[in-house]
Amino acid sequence: MIELNDVHKSFGKVEVLKGITASVEKGEVVCIIGPSGSGKSTILRCINGLESYDRGEISVEGLKVDRDAPSIVNIRTQVSMVFQRFNLFPHRTVLENVIEGPLFVKKEPRAQVLERGRALLAQVGLAEKADAHPPQLSGGQQQRVAIARALAMQPKAILFDEPTSALDPELVGEVLGVMRKLADDGMTMVVVTHEMGFARDVADRVLFIDGGVIVEQGPAKALLNQPQHSRTQDFLRRVLHPL
Amino acid sequence: MKGFWRDAVEFFPILLNGVALTIVVTVGSLLLSTVLGLVWAMMRVSGIKALSMLSASLINVIRGIPIIVLLFYLYFVMPDLGVTLTALQAAILGLGIAYSAYQAENFRAGIEAIDKGQIEAAQSIGMGWWLTMRRVVLPQAVRIVLPPYGNVMIMMLKDSSQASTITVAELALQGKLIASSTFKNTSVFTLVALMYLTMSIPLILLVRHFEKRARKR
Repeated sequence: MIELNDVHKSFGKVEVLKGITASVEKGEVVCIIGPSGSGKSTILRCINGLESYDRGEISVEGLKVDRDAPSIVNIRTQVSMVFQRFNLFPHRTVLENVIEGPLFVKKEPRAQVLERGRALLAQVGLAEKADAHPPQLSGGQQQRVAIARALAMQPKAILFDEPTSALDPELVGEVLGVMRKLADDGMTMVVVTHEMGFARDVADRVLFIDGGVIVEQGPAKALLNQPQHSRTQDFLRRVLHPL
Repeated sequence: MKGFWRDAVEFFPILLNGVALTIVVTVGSLLLSTVLGLVWAMMRVSGIKALSMLSASLINVIRGIPIIVLLFYLYFVMPDLGVTLTALQAAILGLGIAYSAYQAENFRAGIEAIDKGQIEAAQSIGMGWWLTMRRVVLPQAVRIVLPPYGNVMIMMLKDSSQASTITVAELALQGKLIASSTFKNTSVFTLVALMYLTMSIPLILLVRHFEKRARKR
């Protein structure tokens, strides 16, 4: 469904992605792990067209991702994104945040969109917060609203960019719970995360990225329990046993 | 003091004619500067280099020319180029153009104060540039921009007096005319100052209201 073929990306003189080739099948959950600055988030941002890439090709369902082409709108309505810092619209209510895309981008009928928005808020456990504004919510609640906003577009896949990194530890579980439910329902997901437990339990595959290249990839449990590459072993040791 | 009140009763109706023109110049140039300022600001943040540079250059040129020179240029030089404007038209155009540079910088600051993450979130759900502006950026930028916008309104009200230099008989010029024919400088200019102050006070209160509202958010 999502194909990356020899993707290169530089910021100035720094090459962040040095030839990424990977694919994500329909219904698959792929977690991307790796040290800070390794290029994990950049991959997601390139898939969604928030960043351009210099070489190679990214396609979503056969459609080439080109952030300057009109087709990017079509791709973005099929592949939603959830951000580390939620990025909700603070001047709109929770329900308005959720329905903004379907109503103004996809131009769906208001009544239908409102009904779906309320159902999605119920799905992420926030039905009673529909009329609240984002700053009135906790971080975990805001991230669940962001997930509902992504789902409201009825996407074929969702990209999660470190969705729990900005949360207090006690709020991480509620967001991971919603994501786990989505995975169980068959949503195609690409998740950049430091939550190794989530990756082990929920992901089908894990990619370990370091220095802009995929160092190792494979089934989640195998890669996380028995990493083959020394860099993967070293990274997992540092993440799982920081002291 | 008694003399002042007698003069006030006598001159007030004449000065009131000036007030009407002051309001016309202020409102007209405020509207024009708002529209032009928005255009310059949109060009600045459009992400299109040529538009952004053109806007930056325009703003710098406008900021670098004194209002009074701009007014002289429009009223005295433009006829040489085949464009004749009435004094009122030149005043509104001149003040509108002069203030559009400040409005543009104010609007740009408001737009750029919006978190980039929100703009990316809007893009990620398929919003284009204009929809992102309309639904996400501008509604929030307006709240940031309103207090300084109120200050610009007050400055424009006072600077409308510069229109007197090109014969627009607004409040300041009416005062000057009365003073020079009656020699009652103290009464006339006190009255003129009080009338400007009376018009400014509601605007000052409006700015305070905007500031309070902006602080609440």
